[in-house]
Amino acid sequence: MRNEYIPFASRICRIIRHTDLEYTFQMSYSGEVKPGQFFEVSIPGYGEAPISVSGIGEDTVDLTIRRVGKVTGEIFEHGEGRSLLMRGPYGNGFSLEDYRGRELVIVAGGTGVSPVRGVIDYFGSHPEETASLQVITGFKSPRDILFGEDLKRWEDQMELTLTVDAADEGENVKVGLVTKYIPDLHFSDMTNAAAIVVGPPVMMRFAVAALKELGLADEQIWISQERKMCCGLGKCGHCRMGDTYICLDGPVFNYTKGRNLLD
Amino acid sequence: MGKLWNRHQARLLLARWQETYDIYAPVRMPGDGCFSDTDTVRYGLIDSLEEIVWDQKSDYSFKEALLPISETLFYFTDDNASVPEAPKKKRLIFLRSCEMNALRRLDQMYLNNGPEDFYYKRIRQDARFVLMGCDTPFASCFCASMGTNTCEGYHAYVHPDGDRFYLDIPDRELAACADGLAAEDASQPVKSVTKDAVSVKIPDALPENAATLDLWKDYSSRCISCGRCNFVCPTCTCFTMQDLFYRDNDHGRAGERRRVWASCQVDGYTDMAGGICFRKDPGERMRFKVLHKISDYKKRFGYHMCVGCGRCENICPEYISYTECLNRLDAAARSSAEGGEQ
Repeated sequence: MRNEYIPFASRICRIIRHTDLEYTFQMSYSGEVKPGQFFEVSIPGYGEAPISVSGIGEDTVDLTIRRVGKVTGEIFEHGEGRSLLMRGPYGNGFSLEDYRGRELVIVAGGTGVSPVRGVIDYFGSHPEETASLQVITGFKSPRDILFGEDLKRWEDQMELTLTVDAADEGENVKVGLVTKYIPDLHFSDMTNAAAIVVGPPVMMRFAVAALKELGLADEQIWISQERKMCCGLGKCGHCRMGDTYICLDGPVFNYTKGRNLLD
Repeated sequence: MGKLWNRHQARLLLARWQETYDIYAPVRMPGDGCFSDTDTVRYGLIDSLEEIVWDQKSDYSFKEALLPISETLFYFTDDNASVPEAPKKKRLIFLRSCEMNALRRLDQMYLNNGPEDFYYKRIRQDARFVLMGCDTPFASCFCASMGTNTCEGYHAYVHPDGDRFYLDIPDRELAACADGLAAEDASQPVKSVTKDAVSVKIPDALPENAATLDLWKDYSSRCISCGRCNFVCPTCTCFTMQDLFYRDNDHGRAGERRRVWASCQVDGYTDMAGGICFRKDPGERMRFKVLHKISDYKKRFGYHMCVGCGRCENICPEYISYTECLNRLDAAARSSAEGGEQ
């Protein structure tokens, strides 16, 4: 009988420092994994935390981690060459099939960029597989911008809008919430549009409303939810919303389902 | 077909069962109650049927005999994780019909919602269950309304009959232990209640606005978020993981990862690192719990989670009546179906 609770050790191959609080840990991993899935990452004595996959390499997965708690605080004390414990991947993840051939829009805020980074990267480097690709990313301030290297590359590959909630005077950056730029999106055939929205709960609510205002139907919108999870296995109960377990049935939901999820 | 056992012979039978099983049943824990000089009735190991509390509903359900309140998942040192060995003996658990029905709910969560749970399964797969007959409903019991006043799948049945115990043992392995012991053939029906202590109506269909009804607000000030209702519930299964270091260990970083029972009513249940949390208001937590018991679980698995044991209502220090809440919900559903407003 398999014991799902026992983690495996994974080596930190590389650390990319985005901000003081947010690093990407490139972890050794070979096996099936999809963007939008997550791992339970732990350090003995400090506990476990669910972390989304923010990138997939040949023998690695990227985990972009924000230093905000006990476990993540300790993870930041670990340098390249050391190991973390992991189990997973868990959750459904994004299915690229849902977006192939469509006019794809991705709206992501803050660390919400992590789960969709793999999707953006894939369609960015395979432009022939979508009808068009428009991406809006939002961060709190210029100092909170994540994935700076990626953003530079994405700028050439797709229609990218990078915005911050607030900036000091003189800083050369777009200012405003992501919802400010949603009305600027353009489609040649609205019925072929598809949108992914990931970010903090309030941002997702307003971004979805703005997309619907543009004329997108619920079934054309996907969201990814983030909740407390202790197990990732449908047992601990913390992530349940109604009849749905975010860890098993999500975290990615088409909005026809996602709109009915109630905390 | 069963047998009537006198105390002495029954004790011999239990002694034989004990060679293979740890026997758990509801027993009185003197002085362990919530108030001074009060007892509590909860699950413990027994040697004789007389130790079992028959005339009272246990305050805490049978579930702690299968799901420890705190359970070590593994011990760790710097570079090693080791899983604690399974309990040496199998478990024989005395329970009532509502709880036998609750067992199906525990199985659903731990064996059939996502992958099988290693720790639950290794105890569950060898466990045997002895159904205790119910003469009359206890306070707040409403198993008849929930259809859980009868059950299937038990390995033995027992009820007291005067000085003796009536036992029917359909399970071969358990029955084999009775060979050679003296007991009088008898045939008595399984005792099960057919009338509820309180009348409860579960709404067939909830109104669209069930989650935002005004009635939930009543619990915002009444509920103190202590979580006792969850801990006594035979169908609540939530847990939280904890890591700890052994402080007295000088030779490296040794410790363990555990899981402990959790409650959706208690602060911190939804807290994520970074400060985001959901359902800050106790009324919202009550709504989350109640709708799970009589609606959300059924949407997922096809039958109600609540088994009508009434323990949550019995234990509440604020005298919040769960059955009253269900009846108010039903009234709201009716009023909504008639086009009225709640």
